[in-house]
Amino acid sequence: MLTDFGYVLLFIVTGAIFVGVALFVAKLIRPDRPNDIKLMTYECGEVPFGDARVQFNNRFYIIGLMFLIFEVEILLLFPWAVVFKDIGWFAFAAMFVFVFLIFIGFIYELGKGQLKWDLPIPVVPEYKEGVGVVEGKAQEILPVESQITAKLNQ
Amino acid sequence: MGMLDMKYRDSNIIVVSLEKALNWARKNSLWYEQFGLACCAIEMMATAASRYDFDRFGIIPRSSPRQADVMIVAGTVTLKMASRIERLYEQMSEPRYVISMGSCSNCGGPYWEHGYHVLKGVDKVVPVDVYVPGCPPRPEALLEGFLKLQEKITGETIIEKKETEKKSDTA
Repeated sequence: MLTDFGYVLLFIVTGAIFVGVALFVAKLIRPDRPNDIKLMTYECGEVPFGDARVQFNNRFYIIGLMFLIFEVEILLLFPWAVVFKDIGWFAFAAMFVFVFLIFIGFIYELGKGQLKWDLPIPVVPEYKEGVGVVEGKAQEILPVESQITAKLNQ
Repeated sequence: MGMLDMKYRDSNIIVVSLEKALNWARKNSLWYEQFGLACCAIEMMATAASRYDFDRFGIIPRSSPRQADVMIVAGTVTLKMASRIERLYEQMSEPRYVISMGSCSNCGGPYWEHGYHVLKGVDKVVPVDVYVPGCPPRPEALLEGFLKLQEKITGETIIEKKETEKKSDTA
């Protein structure tokens, strides 16, 4: 007579047999024609190159953190907005305190200059009469704030 | 009376040859590779949408060639794309089928003469099972193409090579 653990063993053995039979039958009837291209990593039809483990600039960490904080804020704001009429002024004030605290943090981060990136200096190709397209001089790109002020001054 | 003779009157047991079962399974789950090359892709999307409803034939889009059975070449095959299409086709697992949709992929279409950048027919790079004419073909035409492909699959055997595979062997 089987004990309770005997049933478990029976289930394990039956499961293993089922898997084995399924794989064996599949091997018998499936087409199996591997070649170099088929075994290649699928990269949308392109030839894959390099390593899958790519390094990212660690400044994305700050951006990711910011995103997470504001995402959570929005997640909290949605249910709050849905029941807004029922919960009165106290909840209104509470949410404003919460948003204000996050806003302080945002101002602090801006002040620390965490969102300022040193932009690379792009080389813009130029068109010259009679010569064609030539590689132009490296142009410095102004920070966004100075770009805006420059536009306003024009 | 034998072991199975007249034992199952409620027809819950179906007896079928392996080949027929395989073909039946294959033709009723034609998962196609999800990519469009030009305006034909819009018609392909319309065919997949609710009015024409690919799903009722078991035709659903897959985002990876590993899971796809059929490749709909929907649109203009540029020379740049041709090598990618060839690679994508090779990366599909067998059995694999190709439906060439629209004039462009059939023969170059409006680019047949002066299209310096267009492959004159996708059958130059991959073996095509069904050609669907039209510029672009209406959804009904694409469905008809799929029905033709189903007919083709019904006649397959597992011991013999497919028509298209024979062709690529001789070439």
